Amino acid sequence: MPLVNMTVNGRPVAREVEANTLLVLFLRETLRLTGTHVGCDTTQCGACVVHVNGRAVKSCTTLALSCEDAEVVTIEGLSDGEALHPMQAAFREHHGLQCGYCTPGMIMSAVGMVRRLGTDLDRDTIRDELEGNICRCTGYQNIVEAIRAGALAMADRPDA
Amino acid sequence: MREFGIGQSLPRTEDLRLVRGTGRYTDDIAPAGSARMYVLRSQHAFARIGGIAIDAALEVPGVLAILTGADATADGLGGFTSMVRRTGPDGQPNFEPPFAVIARDVTRYVGEPVAVIVAETLNAAKDAAELIEVDYEAQPCVADLALADAPGAPLVWEQCPGNLCVLTEVGDKSATDDAFARAAHVAQVDFRISRVAVSTMEPRTAVAEWSEADQRFTLHASIQNPHMSREQLAGVLGLPSHRIRAVALDVGGGFGLKGVPHPELALVMWAARRVGRPVRWTSERSEGFLADCHARDQIVHAELALDEEARFLGLRVRVKANFGAYLSLAGVHCALGNIGGLSGVYVLPAIHGEIRGLFTHTVPIGPYRGAGRPEASMMIERVIDVAARDLGMDPAELRRRNLIPADRMPYDTGFVFTYDSGDFPASQAKVQEISDWNGFERRRAGAWARGRLRGIGMAHVIEIAAGQLDEMGAIEVDTSGAIAVTTGMQNHGQGHETMYRQLIAEFMHVPPDKVSVRDCDTDQIPYGFGTGGSRSAVVAGFLLETLASKVIAKGKQVAAIMLEVEPDQIDYREGAVFAARDSNRSATLAEVARFAHQPMHLPPGFEGGLSHRQMTRLAGPTFPNGCHVCEVEIDPETGHLDFVGYWVSEDVGKAINPMIVKGQVHGGVVQGLGQALGEYIHYDEEGQLATGSFMDYQMPRALDMPAIGIVSSDTPSRNNPLGIKGCGEGGTVGALPAAMNAIADALGPLGITNFDMPATPQRLWRAIRDAGGMPHAMAAE
Repeated sequence: MPLVNMTVNGRPVAREVEANTLLVLFLRETLRLTGTHVGCDTTQCGACVVHVNGRAVKSCTTLALSCEDAEVVTIEGLSDGEALHPMQAAFREHHGLQCGYCTPGMIMSAVGMVRRLGTDLDRDTIRDELEGNICRCTGYQNIVEAIRAGALAMADRPDA
Repeated sequence: MREFGIGQSLPRTEDLRLVRGTGRYTDDIAPAGSARMYVLRSQHAFARIGGIAIDAALEVPGVLAILTGADATADGLGGFTSMVRRTGPDGQPNFEPPFAVIARDVTRYVGEPVAVIVAETLNAAKDAAELIEVDYEAQPCVADLALADAPGAPLVWEQCPGNLCVLTEVGDKSATDDAFARAAHVAQVDFRISRVAVSTMEPRTAVAEWSEADQRFTLHASIQNPHMSREQLAGVLGLPSHRIRAVALDVGGGFGLKGVPHPELALVMWAARRVGRPVRWTSERSEGFLADCHARDQIVHAELALDEEARFLGLRVRVKANFGAYLSLAGVHCALGNIGGLSGVYVLPAIHGEIRGLFTHTVPIGPYRGAGRPEASMMIERVIDVAARDLGMDPAELRRRNLIPADRMPYDTGFVFTYDSGDFPASQAKVQEISDWNGFERRRAGAWARGRLRGIGMAHVIEIAAGQLDEMGAIEVDTSGAIAVTTGMQNHGQGHETMYRQLIAEFMHVPPDKVSVRDCDTDQIPYGFGTGGSRSAVVAGFLLETLASKVIAKGKQVAAIMLEVEPDQIDYREGAVFAARDSNRSATLAEVARFAHQPMHLPPGFEGGLSHRQMTRLAGPTFPNGCHVCEVEIDPETGHLDFVGYWVSEDVGKAINPMIVKGQVHGGVVQGLGQALGEYIHYDEEGQLATGSFMDYQMPRALDMPAIGIVSSDTPSRNNPLGIKGCGEGGTVGALPAAMNAIADALGPLGITNFDMPATPQRLWRAIRDAGGMPHAMAAE
């Protein structure tokens, strides 16, 4: 089996994987990082979004081998120790989650959105940008509020 | 308001793990040495199975076992039973085929389990599945409800001619006939309530282990009701239920789907026992579309009789409801159990309904948020709008004229329900104000000037909540004064962990960080009904108040011993302190709890410890209600529909956490709007599922959905001391008819009177084109 090397949440990992192993299964089953979820099999729902080299990607349609030498950050790697990342805190503060299953992907997409589009996001932009993330519980309204607030909070945290 | 107590919008405790990705969903646990299960499913809607060849598949490296219907028969596997029984066409109890967990010699829906493959890896199991040869002899089938009772339609069950399983009447036929005979006007409408897939974001999933030493299963599963699931699974597997421990950890959405035991729960347990290893199973999304119980799917004819002053005289409905190929636990319930909602919030002297439940070659129907409530609400609320249009009346005025006045509470509808409380006129007035209902015609004219159709729709909501009155719970205080709460209800997004902490803060004055909430686990508590039917807040409020008062009473006895006074001299005060009245002596809850766990200090015969467990029974169900307004705009050139506004006035009684209540309303509304807009399960003539993934099944997305304005119009329930009513399902109950009324209102000026969900661009565009398009005269008005 081929060997893959990558950095996950700041730690170097090197593992043998079958060539057809998807990144999401590599994270969940091999590394036991189960915060990244699988909600569909057609790259529609976004429960599996992680950051690869700073970009939000759907790990259900990314081969683990394609992440050779990449920096991968999952939901578990977003917060700095005990303190929540501003986007995580905003989701809690604004009740942007109910069952929590889509939440890791939502938060990783939201942080990616801020990195691409800046910290002052209007609600229509946020709704458009969430095209690739499905939530069944919240009706999206509080997710939109959470992302708007989380983005503004990230403005005060340039490192976030 | 007490700090952390009832009525505060506290952020949720459970979020602390969920936003970090450290939740514990069932698929996150992978016991050492666990194998994987994959299910081979029927490719045919109706076929005889001549044989299943598994030899080649068994050769795949890593395969541990392949099990088929023949093995199930040899092991005596049964099927799930229906929790509701009604009458068949002959007046006898309806035919009830057990919901088989694996096909024997016949398959009756596409996706029915045919073989189970257990292997070291999922890939090995899937590779093996491809090598299994099933000898199908396909038969003609019927998948469409509209054709299920057509002459000559293929029969799902030979025992049920015409595929008619249940034929039931509700209400008073002769009184209703009389009402129609003297009516000044009769409004009529025919519509179809589409078939939808519940589609929780977390697919169904389970991990089973069999202990040979204990002769006992442990099942971790994504389920809403471990106790009820356990009973059903014990029946299928032929064991006493105490040989199963069922546990639900974090569950990624339920909405009724996960309250219904599904075949794979039994199969994964069976497989674990057969291979002697823990076995994991997780549905893929495409599998879920095939094999998760679908929901709704009814064909309705409704008629409303009105007098000269537009007062309602009677309602008549004829309903055909799809059951699928088998009866799921709650399939019959969905068609009949919540039909009481037909009476709405109106003075409606006579109601009669005839409900036919039919088998088709499709996956069984199960509950989905509302479970018959949105359907009943559609029937009364759609026909009211049709009557208003017939009479040239404002639909809001027609409703207002017929509302049950607040001063007639409690109100016996004369049909099924007796409403305990509610002020429907106030609720309607509030939503009319925040939606600027009276200014709508200006907005419509503005839209027409822009070449757009615009419509507004109103729907009142009333739903029975907490109809399952009983529940068990426990409060246990440890020697540090920390409190553990256990109930038979299960948290899958509703915020139970936060709500229980708020209730404990209210009743026992203990801060949230000293309270823990246990997982719903049949080993932790012997009984539970689980979560469903908008019950948890109502049930928990009464249950935890009762438990807390018992624990405090016991604490007073202990404190009395400690402080050397009589128990009736002890008060329980803010700060969780037991104080001797008229003295400076007191003891904290932690001190009392520690003392209570030192039997050597207690009098002989005094029961040590500080905890209490019991069942409670509510005095009655509650009736959360509200009034919804939906506003839509449609582009006649493209058929694109925008939800341009949505407003709700809600009466949930006393809200424990208003933030959570609003979240429940948002989510419920969007599930209703999603069905109105685009969600649609379609089987073709061969019974093949045409909408089997999120590529073909249009889930509501953020950009399709409106912001929702909510105003409270709460009146306390009289059926529980805290006045709580519940809030889980009302959003969906209101949104489906409000949206369809708004769409009908937008299309009405074109002469379109019957437009069924879903309102996809293609269907809207075609309906508008068939009606001759949007006249230029309208746009010029």
